[in-house]
Amino acid sequence: MEQFLQQLLNGIAWGSIYALIALGYTMVYGVLKLINFAHGDVYMVGAMSGYYAAHSLGIAAAEPSLAGLFAVLLVSMTACAALGAVIERVAYRPLRTAPRLASLITAIGVSLLLENGGQLLFGADPKFFPPLVNPRELVRIGALAVSNIQLIVFATAMLLMVGLELVVMRTRFGRAMRAVSVDAPAAALMGVPVDRVISGTFVLGSALAAAAGILVGLSNPKIDPLMGLLPGLKAFVAAVLGGIGSIPGAMVGGLLLGVVETFVSAYLSSTYRDAIAFVILIAILLYRPTGLFGTGQVEKV
Amino acid sequence: MKRAARGAVVLAAAVVVLGLVDAVLPRLLNTYYLTILARIAVAVLAAVSLQLVNGFTGQFSIGHAGFMAVGAYTGAALSVYTGAPLLAALQQFMPAALARALYFPFPLLAGGIAASFAGLLVGIPALRLRGDYLAIATLGFGEIIRIAILNIDAVGGARGFSLSVQSGVELRYESLGAIAGVVALSVAVIARLVYSAGGLAFRAVREDETAAEAMGIATTRVKSEAFAVASFFAGVAGALFAHAEGYVHTNSFTFVRSFEIMAFVVLGGLGSLTGAALAAAVLTAAPELLRGFGEWRMVLYSLLIITTMLVRPQGLLGSRELSLALLRRALARRAPGP
Amino acid sequence: MMGSSSDRRRWIAAAGAIAAAVLFGCGEAKQGGGAGASIKVGHVASLTGDTATFGQSTERGMRMAFEEINARGGALGRQIDLLSEDDRSVTEEARTAAQKLLQRDQVVALLGEIASSRSLAAAPEAQRARVPMISPGSTNPKVTEVGDYIFRACFIDPFQGTVMARFAREQLNAKKVAILFDFKQDYSVGLADFFRETFKQLGGEIVADERYTSGDIEFRAQLTTIRAAQPEAIFVPGYYTELGLIAKQARELGIDVPLLGGDGWDSEKTLEIGGKAVEGYYFSTHYAADSDSPKVQEFVKSYQAKFNQTPDAMAALGYDTAGILADALGRAGATDGPKLRDAIATTRDYDGVTGKITIDSSRNARKDAVVLKIEGGKFKFFRSVPAS
Repeated sequence: MEQFLQQLLNGIAWGSIYALIALGYTMVYGVLKLINFAHGDVYMVGAMSGYYAAHSLGIAAAEPSLAGLFAVLLVSMTACAALGAVIERVAYRPLRTAPRLASLITAIGVSLLLENGGQLLFGADPKFFPPLVNPRELVRIGALAVSNIQLIVFATAMLLMVGLELVVMRTRFGRAMRAVSVDAPAAALMGVPVDRVISGTFVLGSALAAAAGILVGLSNPKIDPLMGLLPGLKAFVAAVLGGIGSIPGAMVGGLLLGVVETFVSAYLSSTYRDAIAFVILIAILLYRPTGLFGTGQVEKV
Repeated sequence: MKRAARGAVVLAAAVVVLGLVDAVLPRLLNTYYLTILARIAVAVLAAVSLQLVNGFTGQFSIGHAGFMAVGAYTGAALSVYTGAPLLAALQQFMPAALARALYFPFPLLAGGIAASFAGLLVGIPALRLRGDYLAIATLGFGEIIRIAILNIDAVGGARGFSLSVQSGVELRYESLGAIAGVVALSVAVIARLVYSAGGLAFRAVREDETAAEAMGIATTRVKSEAFAVASFFAGVAGALFAHAEGYVHTNSFTFVRSFEIMAFVVLGGLGSLTGAALAAAVLTAAPELLRGFGEWRMVLYSLLIITTMLVRPQGLLGSRELSLALLRRALARRAPGP
Repeated sequence: MMGSSSDRRRWIAAAGAIAAAVLFGCGEAKQGGGAGASIKVGHVASLTGDTATFGQSTERGMRMAFEEINARGGALGRQIDLLSEDDRSVTEEARTAAQKLLQRDQVVALLGEIASSRSLAAAPEAQRARVPMISPGSTNPKVTEVGDYIFRACFIDPFQGTVMARFAREQLNAKKVAILFDFKQDYSVGLADFFRETFKQLGGEIVADERYTSGDIEFRAQLTTIRAAQPEAIFVPGYYTELGLIAKQARELGIDVPLLGGDGWDSEKTLEIGGKAVEGYYFSTHYAADSDSPKVQEFVKSYQAKFNQTPDAMAALGYDTAGILADALGRAGATDGPKLRDAIATTRDYDGVTGKITIDSSRNARKDAVVLKIEGGKFKFFRSVPAS
């Protein structure tokens, strides 16, 4: 039982990282119907810029503090927000009216560019992400342990999700986003600045990816230029699992995927981990073709 | 009768041409270029077969590498476990080259058949899904297949599976003429299929599934057919790849490879077989041609993909065919139609 | 279907551009083919992609070795020119990279790859071209079985797996051991196989047998399972890229038994990422950086001066691979394949930084291993294990 609980905990902490990345996928998909395959690499840039910020600002050398963590988060989220805006402007906006698959290919191209450019710029060797928070054990019951880092990761992910949900549901920008997502041309006719809204969506999603990059740096402090490849794909799976386009869906999908992967690694074999994640995904899709929280769209005749 | 005779002439001519290719090319080019050409041929077949699903039937599949893997490993396993003793026995009665030429089609067919079974197995449930949901399901199946193979010890698992010189018999098959011949034949079959009257059903499903169904087209069957045929040729491409390389590893069939094949299809132009072939050739050769740029090579490769797509959003050829138009023009000049 | 004439012109232009690109490529080849006075040596390496860090290390080791050799006058009175081609960590690209070096650049020898799968893809090309190939780090026994032109400068899987099994059973007196290996790397799979076999033969028990995949950063699930099995030691024959995090997460879960590994751990990254967590762990490798051998001391010192980092095992193996080749070139007195092959095959007690290397009749390197202990944030020599 103790072991089961520990595994559940491991899974939830791991899943919250997927969830954060999945949020960015889901937002972009919501407004553009574009699978932004470069998103996982933006998460990598988030972790990398956090690493360089921590070192150049002297935070890595200083005593760990929450202020330091916030400073690093701020720098890296800003950097990635800018990157997201640039990617959208250069690689996706010119293809707004082109066949939908065209921007999918530029997304793959941008992903390759960030990975290869990252290897050139940052070097290929793995880097140690500086401890911005002193690891501490918060609760220990028998062999069951909860660390403050696990809690920070989970709490930040939840907080950002709730914040995002508020932005989408309660602000003018959020309303514009939803309008673009339902019908972009109609929204434009109603005076919604579609380009600005899409830009804003990328900015927001990329900033969230950066946050995920920093959080993963805290809990699993090894980063490298290809770190975004697989988590990017998995987060996309999580987003689809939850129903792509849905914010709570991304969160639930991420957590579910994290827990399932952990249980498969623990009780079956980690060799089947990636396969079983997909098996579950496909099973859920067959049962609910638009994911757990997805809304079925009526096919127009 | 006349048709059959003409077919025989075309076939004979093709064999002669490919035989010449095989005899002449190795004198002109070293094995480095021959390998690249063989790899282009495999990429062309992979791209053209995926075009059938993505470009002509309008379904969004990104798990093609998984079907290539099924073909590659089935073909390779057949060769290693039954082909090697069989060839050893055959070589007692006939020249080795003839024995090899007679044997070579079998692993390819086996690879194709196994892959098309996998395709049906995947397709029947997955094709109920639409659009991006289908994409992610096929992507998932591709990965499941790869991981399953990685767990089969009889085909090497993480150590990879070697075909070169098993029990004194060479199973590697590098003859460019034969590879090109197989690819040309396969592409011709796919072209006949999509540009025949029956092939209209594929495009009807692409243009409007609901309308197609209203017109009495069994859309699920058409989609499954497209999927099975595409998987068959992906399997043939995989088996070709395995025998041309002489060594296969599951690392060659990750989702990154599936993305690559999809990029061939979209960059070439959705709905254009020759476009997909052209893009496959260019993008397969590009990393080698760019070697002179050292560490910037793959950065340039990614920029090439992005800029091509930005400059030609509809793909290199759009939905037109390069060779068909040229061929028809040439034919029209020679023999004015009725 | 019919294109307009301007369309056609555009296509002709495009075709012309492609043809020009190909011709340009061939033209370049001819320029490269005209050999000057230097001896060309090829290196196939994963300079990019998911194992780029290994390829870049061997590359640095080799480059430094050849620079030193050239400063001493080169080999056969000629300078050695190292040509490196990247294979993006892609299996089949190792083959084209090898072919490019063999055919276009006409190298006299081929060095590389680290990953056995990529060496297996490239080796038949070297064998066919009758150009010797030396792999600095492919440990799968099958690699040198490809043919009589294929050599290696590293241990093979059975040796290191056995060494650590004996060490666990006889030195640590462990009866119950867990294994956590990298399922994607044949190196790790091989070491785990031979460890498992030997450890059971010695009367030990494998209480947990868990796997991970290189690139993973989350190991808590497997470690929690291992913790429940209560082993006395854990064998983790992976690479340093994952080890640091495995160690950290193991300590976090309260696992205090030592972790054991192989030369894949040998990198300062193990210390940097693992920090305090890797204290008290043991691994087998080729040499101890704190050894008093002047050769090792000088290597470590000049590597640090040149690249501003401590050499890892891959860099040391790359350095020795280059050294073995230069030594063989000198003894062969020629650069042609068969003579060079014979000279490499008769390498005896070559004094490298990774030990005294003898190439045996299976073209594998025989050399002693050392077991290092991590203590005070440093790799400390613990004991040496003679080649079997």
